[in-house]
Amino acid sequence: MPVLSEALKEKIKSYFPRYPSKQAVTLPALHLVQDELRCVPLEAIREIADLLDLSPAEVHDTMSFYGIFRDEQHKLGKRRLWVCRGLACALRGGEEVLASVCEKLKVAPGGTSEDGKITVEFAECIGVCEGAPAVLIDDSGRPDVTLDKVDALLTELRA
Amino acid sequence: MAEFEPVLLRRILKNASPSLEAYRADGGYRALDKALAMSPADVTKAVVDSKLRGRGGAGFPCGVKWTFLPKDHPGPIYLCVNADESEPCTFNNRILMHQDPHQVLEGMIIASYAIRAQVAYLYIRYEYGDATRAMQQAIDEAYAAGLLGKNILGKQGFDLDVYIHRGAGAYICGEETGLIESLEGKRAWPRIKPPFPAVEGAFRKPTIVNNIETLACVTHILDRGPEWFKSMGTPADPANPRDAGSYGPKLYCISGHVNKPCCVELPLGVTARELIDKHGGGVWKGRKAKAIVPGGISMGFLTADEIDTKLDFGSLGPFTKNGCLGLGTAAVTVIDEETSMVDVLYNICRFFEHESCGQCTPCREGTGWMLKIVDRIRKGLGRAEDLNILEEVGHQIGIMPGTTICGLADGAGWPVKQAIRKFRAEFESYIKSGKKTHTLQLVAAH
Ligand SMILES: Cc1cc2nc3c(=O)[nH]c(=O)nc-3n(C[C@H](O)[C@H](O)[C@H](O)COP(=O)(O)O)c2cc1C
Ligand code: SF4
Ligand code: FES
Repeated sequence: MPVLSEALKEKIKSYFPRYPSKQAVTLPALHLVQDELRCVPLEAIREIADLLDLSPAEVHDTMSFYGIFRDEQHKLGKRRLWVCRGLACALRGGEEVLASVCEKLKVAPGGTSEDGKITVEFAECIGVCEGAPAVLIDDSGRPDVTLDKVDALLTELRA
Repeated sequence: MAEFEPVLLRRILKNASPSLEAYRADGGYRALDKALAMSPADVTKAVVDSKLRGRGGAGFPCGVKWTFLPKDHPGPIYLCVNADESEPCTFNNRILMHQDPHQVLEGMIIASYAIRAQVAYLYIRYEYGDATRAMQQAIDEAYAAGLLGKNILGKQGFDLDVYIHRGAGAYICGEETGLIESLEGKRAWPRIKPPFPAVEGAFRKPTIVNNIETLACVTHILDRGPEWFKSMGTPADPANPRDAGSYGPKLYCISGHVNKPCCVELPLGVTARELIDKHGGGVWKGRKAKAIVPGGISMGFLTADEIDTKLDFGSLGPFTKNGCLGLGTAAVTVIDEETSMVDVLYNICRFFEHESCGQCTPCREGTGWMLKIVDRIRKGLGRAEDLNILEEVGHQIGIMPGTTICGLADGAGWPVKQAIRKFRAEFESYIKSGKKTHTLQLVAAH
């Protein structure tokens, strides 16, 4: 059963003219697929490989290098919340925010809340250090998420 | 001395609109006009003359790097713009792209003209979604206005396409050849050099990799001239022919235990003390600084006694008294007197163990060993000889000792060596005290 819709395949192909090699479309393709399916299933790896004239092993090799991509067994929840544990954040309570988020959602970093709404991750410095402790919501930085703001943040993400 | 007027942050401090129209109203794309009236070689010469040194961490002279491209190459030649900005505690590239994207884009277009690139890839770390969208908007506006595409601003034969390439959360993609491998769709394993990218880079073609802030400086060098750029900073020491000087404005990031973490622009050569006290609002909670990270965590530490060190290319380095690795990204992080250096070093070792790409055994294993040893010390199981082992591992890994492919390993070893050298007594007394730390928190956050 193919998992990539025609529309998604067309989106991937629209990247071809940008690069002199099809392999260079690997990261854009993986991002497009994961954004839509919340993971990159094995079958999608085969289909991406087909589109890019690669072997599935080559696509998988690249994908597995980058911690951002998830396989079917580790599908993302609706929102992805990364709590920064980099030095600037840790110096201002970042580790406590991470611990608190995990405790409230009853998951370890990497896990998804039971209702499937929030996946929690630790992040290395996300480049919002002037607002430490900071978090990343999907791909958007949010400064000054101190312990007292965790409840409100989780409510916001569950909505 | 006259008060310094910010240049790179000029529009950002005024909260000016990032739109093309507003940027142009503020004099934007004037530098590009000037550049297009010159030959590419003359543009390169202006950048060489300005003595601009790369802001991405290594400090290599920017214009000189451009001259390393093979002469009369039939092309294609690529510009890869390094917006991976993952060195912990560094965030100036984000601010530039998010809040003044055309300033960055203008520098990219000028650089592409100078090096005869017809395609520029802007490699942005995934975490910078907002900056990515701001840059894409600026690129779209530029195409519509004839600033990108074919025969730019009517200049026959000057064509340029700019594409954003999003990263996927790996620090090593900031290393220039790791970036290129990642762009090509592979794991970001840095390449053995030589060949350097200028000779054989992206898609095996000549490639220039430059940092965002470097290219923003290029914009102003073309607008105001090399002499203006050279009027700022720490001049080269005439007695030292190898000193290339530290010229121009620099974005300093200030984070950690200060009252007002921020990013400020100042001429290169400001002291850590001035940054912390004047611009960062002083150390928080009325405390004193115990240690200062001078340029991202790879650089090592300054002690409280070294707080008057100038932060420029010449005052920090392996052969200076402070022995830091270099200026790095000029990201200053303050650690207050109540914080345990054991905890700080644990945080840093954990980062490098996580981010080593695993290609070279000394780096892959060494970062793991260093983390394990610091963790063991933290948990109260340290032995006196552990400190010597840490120092030895720190000494053995990296390009400098010649055991690894890229500089990540030097950056991993440096804070370890410096922590043990400069804070040895604290580590020794921690080991002797029998203290055990199991929580992950850095205690002084309370
Ligand atoms: C491990 C490692 C990480 C790096 N990360 C970055 C980065 O995030 N951004 C950057 O501009 N340069 C980074 N660099 C430096 C680049 O390799 C390269 O020197 C720089 O992008 C060149 O641009 P510049 O000359 O304009 O500074 C890194 C280097 C190493 C060894
Ligand atoms: S030094 Fe480390 S990060 Fe660099 S190539 Fe070797 S293993 Fe990878
Ligand atoms: S350390 Fe958390 S954003 Fe930089």
